[in-house]
Amino acid sequence: MDHLEVLESQSMFILREAYRSFGDLVMLWSIGKDSTVLLWLARKAFFGHVPIPLMHIDTTFKVPAMIEYRDRFAKQWKINMIVGKNEEVLESKETFPDGKTNRLQCCASLKSEALKHTLSGDWPRWVLNHKSGEYEKQLNGKPFTGVIVGARADEEGSRSKERYFSPRDRHNDWDVADQPPELWNQFKTDFAPGTHVRVHPLLDWTELNIWEYIERENIPIIDLYFDNGEGKRYRSLGCYPCTSSVDSTAKNVREVIAELRGGKFANIAERSGREQDKEDGSGLETLRRDGYM
Amino acid sequence: MSQVEEKNIKSEKTSSEQMNIVVIGHVDHGKSTVVGRLLADTGSLPEGKLEDVKERCKRNSKPFEYAFLLDALKDEQAQGITIDSARCFFRSAKREYIIIDAPGHIEFLKNMISGAARAEAAMLVIDAHEGVQENSRRHGYMLSMLGVKQVVVLVNKMDLVDYSQTVFDSIKEEYLAFLKEIDIEPMSFIPVSAREGVNIVSVSKKMSWHDGLSTLEALDSFVKEASPVDQPFRFPVQDIYKFTEQGDDRRIFAGRIETGTINVGDEVVFLPSEKKSRISSIEGFNVAEQSQAFAGQSTGFTLAEQIYVKPGEMMCKVDDTLPITSTHLKVNIFWMARQPMIKGKKYKIKLAGTRVPVWLRDVVTVLDASDLTTDSNRQQIERHDIAECVLETLKPLAFDITQNIAQTGRFVIIDNYEIAGGGVVLDEVYIPTSRIERRVQQRENNWQRSRITPKMRSSRYNQRSTLVLITGAAGDGKENLAKALEEDLFESKRMVYYLGISNSLLGIEDNIDESGERDESLRRLGEVSHLFTDAGLILITTIDDLDDFELEMINTLNRPNDCRVVNIGANQFTKATVDLQVDNLDSQKEAIKKIKDLLAEKKYIVDYSI
Ligand SMILES: Nc1nc2c(ncn2[C@@H]2O[C@H](COP(=O)(O)OP(=O)(O)OP(=O)(O)O)[C@@H](O)[C@H]2O)c(=O)[nH]1
Ligand SMILES: [Mg+2]
Repeated sequence: MDHLEVLESQSMFILREAYRSFGDLVMLWSIGKDSTVLLWLARKAFFGHVPIPLMHIDTTFKVPAMIEYRDRFAKQWKINMIVGKNEEVLESKETFPDGKTNRLQCCASLKSEALKHTLSGDWPRWVLNHKSGEYEKQLNGKPFTGVIVGARADEEGSRSKERYFSPRDRHNDWDVADQPPELWNQFKTDFAPGTHVRVHPLLDWTELNIWEYIERENIPIIDLYFDNGEGKRYRSLGCYPCTSSVDSTAKNVREVIAELRGGKFANIAERSGREQDKEDGSGLETLRRDGYM
Repeated sequence: MSQVEEKNIKSEKTSSEQMNIVVIGHVDHGKSTVVGRLLADTGSLPEGKLEDVKERCKRNSKPFEYAFLLDALKDEQAQGITIDSARCFFRSAKREYIIIDAPGHIEFLKNMISGAARAEAAMLVIDAHEGVQENSRRHGYMLSMLGVKQVVVLVNKMDLVDYSQTVFDSIKEEYLAFLKEIDIEPMSFIPVSAREGVNIVSVSKKMSWHDGLSTLEALDSFVKEASPVDQPFRFPVQDIYKFTEQGDDRRIFAGRIETGTINVGDEVVFLPSEKKSRISSIEGFNVAEQSQAFAGQSTGFTLAEQIYVKPGEMMCKVDDTLPITSTHLKVNIFWMARQPMIKGKKYKIKLAGTRVPVWLRDVVTVLDASDLTTDSNRQQIERHDIAECVLETLKPLAFDITQNIAQTGRFVIIDNYEIAGGGVVLDEVYIPTSRIERRVQQRENNWQRSRITPKMRSSRYNQRSTLVLITGAAGDGKENLAKALEEDLFESKRMVYYLGISNSLLGIEDNIDESGERDESLRRLGEVSHLFTDAGLILITTIDDLDDFELEMINTLNRPNDCRVVNIGANQFTKATVDLQVDNLDSQKEAIKKIKDLLAEKKYIVDYSI
């Protein structure tokens, strides 16, 4: 088996292990390349089906093309699609783009908070009705206790220390100093009531592996990742006020891979376009201990 | 049949190779510095990262450490120590690596083990100035237990001992002697100074007496082990899928092939149930149709004959050497939890796909891996102990001896939701009586009998007592039948009772058998049955999807009283005798009549006449 086949097999194994072990499981889909690869791996693991609902946290500052793309594939692949958002903060405009708060705080409320409450079901969820093609507001959803996330160990420091199955306590907190052992392919699949788990099937993948796999499998990926003639593209998708595009003329997957292998991005960190990481030395660790994905 | 989506099949093969390497050794001996140096000196760091870390050190007036490139957590940087294993990605001219930088402090041994368990080879770092320490040895021992065979030893901080060959040689001699005792043959010893970057990416002239490799060259000299495709076939069933609601009626046995190779048409046997079938197809999504699958692949199969198998069983090829099936295992365990492992407490073992209750039966010897001293008088296993011991499971499970097939010869132990220990199987142990049998013997010995004998009850009630167990696939017909049977017998003045709680006791949630709760409920049911039958009643109950082992357990617990099995629909047992087979419940009356005939024939209801 080549390295992509090894990575693929391990991720499928992890997804199936999660599906076997946890009843109330959900997978996060940010529309970006990693979680789209994750979705594809779920289709691999479950033989073309997606038996786990997908959740998207909409900050409303995402590029509109992302939402269009999300709904197109949610329908085509018959996905049980759930959308969540922080209605209160969006209404009061306590956001960074509205100039009322800083980047870290904005991320914390539009992403972490929204995620926490949409997962627990105490905030409304918008669920795609496949018959009408519309989203319907749903109240009092049951809490999800397992969350599958497309985090990669190579993204930044605190992620390099993650487990495939990572427990979070009642308050969503991550105890980095005391993580459970993970031996061979036996993960922590037993949980005390009230606690829950993050599952990370993509930990061993690098950004380059992701693109190589997209190419090999011909996975339809959103075209914001490619230059449409203006010499600019996104390398990582976030909210538009905080994610800058990079100068690049890579027009397709093959050219992106060339850039990463030996070209201009071979040695430049992927998240370097994300401003919120920079606000303090370990901004992302702080966010992540607190439930950021 | 395989589905191929969007007209795409694997376009071209990328031939690149990836290897996982763990860096281990005693606390502060320089593991993170070695890795940091390796990344920095090969230009593998993202642009600006080194400058960032240096800048941050300056701002906080801390001396710069290469280790900070790895020790990313705030607590780690504050304490100058690695807490948890970090994965870092690194590419040499030869291949891609995931380098796992493990912590050396004893407090974080479980994190070191988590890192090392993922590795194919190891670099063990020893401080030249401090020499071989406790965890240099303990980590070395863990490698042998985790099955990591390729090891390179780095003698670090040579700058502190003036790059002295004498110091290097004496450390090499001492540590070689230790490795020999635990059967590890290191590939090489390399003198390095991580902080000064000596012998990291290239061999330096500083130590002209060293005629070996640099660290980077040693890394590239590790050999990628061939995938175990030629070993006996082992496929732990991870799950069984049927996505009927999505209009897919394939019944797929999903999992990962641990060892061996299999072809469509091969005859297979599932252990421990011993059910047999034949591979009908190999399933996949967005792949070309396959007629063969092999070790390492996460895949799925459909079978020619439909059989009832639960997740956790091991699928093997009928013609291969089969795994051992037993309830007793002789193992080597390392214990990681603060609470010791004790006798008489119920734990859970996870081995390949199986998850079952387990008890510690016997502690043979306990080893202190930091100095290889042993103790054979211990009753329990403490944190960080390595113990040879005997485990007993509630149900038989299929496993291999780790020396023969490592993948299906290792396991973890769960205590109170946590992975508390890990281990490898050394051998099977033959013990003539099962846990349940011992329990029943004990119960019968202590049972207080009154002057009313079973015989007296029997003649008073005009019947002999028995348990009537109605089994078969899930479905509500069985319960109605059981109720109707109770009514019928009651009307003819029998002492009869329908125990309606069995199935709800067992729960309808599919995960319940994994936590051992189903077994526990069945055990209780067995005890309850024994009470009713002892009181002289005919007890009727129904249980869905009962397997051979479970029936045996209920039978044993109900002894010395009788148990008669009425099976509805497909027979899911391989070994157990069914007293009455009823193919369908189209006519309930008919079924009741058959059961009553059986009861009459076996003389439970004596005066019953047709
Ligand atoms: N003089 C000298 N000091 C070194 C060398 N390598 C590492 N050190 C120092 O040793 C100390 C410990 O180094 P680390 O790399 O953090 O050690 P470690 O083995 O990763 O420690 P833990 O992960 O906590 O077990 C640091 O202060 C390093 O600067 C070396 O080659 N020479
Ligand atoms: Mg370290």
